[in-house]
Amino acid sequence: MTASWAMAVLVLGPLGGAAGAFAFPKGGRRLAGVAAVTAVLALLVLAREVVTNGVQLHRVGGWSAPLGIDLRGDGLAVLMLAITALIAGAVTLYAPPYFLPLAGAESRDRERWFWPLFLFLWSALNALFLSRDIFNLYVTLELLGFAAVTLVALAGKREALTATMRYLLVSLPASLFYLMGVALVYGQCATVDLSLLAAKAERGPVLWVALALMTGGLVAKAALFPLHFWLPPAHASAPAPVSALLSALVVKGPYYILLRLWFEAFPALMTPAVAQGLGALGAVAIVWGSIHALMQARLKLLVAYSTVAQLGYLFLLFPLAAVREGGWLAWNGGLLFLAAHACAKTALFLTAGNILQAAGHDRIKGLDGMTQVLPVSAFAFGLAGLSLAGLPPSSGFAGKWLLLSASLAQGQWWWAAVILGGSLLAAAYVMRVLSHAFTQVALATKPRPLPAVQEWTALVLAALAVGLGLAAQGPLDLLRLGAPVVLGGAGP
Amino acid sequence: MVETGFTVYLLAGAGVFIIGFHALLAQAHLLRRIMALNVMGSGVFMVFIALSARTAGEAPDPVPHAMVLTGIVVSVCATGLALALADRLQSVTGATELEGGPAPGPNAGSGGEESHP
Repeated sequence: MTASWAMAVLVLGPLGGAAGAFAFPKGGRRLAGVAAVTAVLALLVLAREVVTNGVQLHRVGGWSAPLGIDLRGDGLAVLMLAITALIAGAVTLYAPPYFLPLAGAESRDRERWFWPLFLFLWSALNALFLSRDIFNLYVTLELLGFAAVTLVALAGKREALTATMRYLLVSLPASLFYLMGVALVYGQCATVDLSLLAAKAERGPVLWVALALMTGGLVAKAALFPLHFWLPPAHASAPAPVSALLSALVVKGPYYILLRLWFEAFPALMTPAVAQGLGALGAVAIVWGSIHALMQARLKLLVAYSTVAQLGYLFLLFPLAAVREGGWLAWNGGLLFLAAHACAKTALFLTAGNILQAAGHDRIKGLDGMTQVLPVSAFAFGLAGLSLAGLPPSSGFAGKWLLLSASLAQGQWWWAAVILGGSLLAAAYVMRVLSHAFTQVALATKPRPLPAVQEWTALVLAALAVGLGLAAQGPLDLLRLGAPVVLGGAGP
Repeated sequence: MVETGFTVYLLAGAGVFIIGFHALLAQAHLLRRIMALNVMGSGVFMVFIALSARTAGEAPDPVPHAMVLTGIVVSVCATGLALALADRLQSVTGATELEGGPAPGPNAGSGGEESHP
């Protein structure tokens, strides 16, 4: 009962805040603060219920699964909700001072629309992580897409609008591909519930086509190579807090659905070819994204291409977790890596926003003396970079280490080579920025000081990206609750 | 013969979906591309409706109908958003098509994948 309320509040709290902020633009900040506190409290209640009493199920309106809609809080869902609360909470603190100096009617407009869209995005993410059927997941995926696309458009410039349109023209057909897959699954299995599908799904031509359609659509939304082309311009041209939300959270939504589909609903269809294929695309993404990150002249584009590369690691989870021996290690490693990336990437984008506001540009060659001007931000960038490059004791290291151990235990050494090579490339593009930042120069003009909140939120997240590596055991134990049967879990 | 009708509608739905997707890739004008998305959506809805009659002789399954209704609501929102964005894009850039060139920045050279004419 308590858990049901908590799940309802997690979805309705931010949604109510969004509606309020839309109707009363002047109260946007305050409503966001209230919604954030409410959502975090509800999450703590849900987490406590899940830890003490196991997986929590809520049947919306009292209707059970084949007809009704189920919300379920299990270990994986709680972990994703927690990452979302952390990043969204940081953005709630960061955004007010960020929008403040942009005086004038146009920027007032920007902040006015930011709050409802941001809260709408948060609500969609929470609903997505709690959903238990593939049709409801479609609806939440669309809500997430609408909020994300519109947030990119907030920047308002020509470049941003073009990027937004391109994003929308990938996002909408991708959703329709997914929906077509849902139709075929329903036609074949007569249910859309994840748990019921697991019992009914058998290999056959209809389900193969359905899963191909769904996976294709989700992969485009998660920006996996070769469908990543929309991501760098969209993530780089959005305002800094929006870039952080997009890179840290939004692309993880479709990825989460892929995990639920392949490991929970359709493990029967997970052949070695599927697993290796998704892993191979991930491997190419790591190399391709990293090399492009190395070649960028602008900091935000470097960070955006780094997202393309880091998302590749998440897809290494498929070949490594699909093997029974060591699969659990890979599952833990992949999800720890996801948390690490969310913290590190938020820190990097917020830092990039700070630099852009203080210096008026984000050209990497012009970053000399950054440590003198923005010492806290520079330190945050360094710490987040440490996690990105996978150096111990960061959480990026811990995640990669688990993936690496799994690949070696299974004799799939080629994935180990990709993991290590990608780390070297990441170290190279992080060092490229840091080498400029740490160059001491005589400053001609005194740059505008930034509000402390803007620098410290970035630093705290960067510190978490490192610190999580030392305290990963707790969150990973949580994953056992309601883990997929193929990974040795008890299942639903 | 429910069975035959079912197959015809199913294949027609798939056909409409493919035609829409082709138009989305082949057309440059934003309005045409938004319409192409709507055609794709209609294809999906047709498949859903056909599926509700998949068992011969029984009353049609109402669940796909409910899903189509939800889908239509989502589709209306998507179209509204896309049209508003296209309108704003036109008033800022004067263009009714996306610039074909690579993304901003000198090395954002993944333009090859965006090969919409």
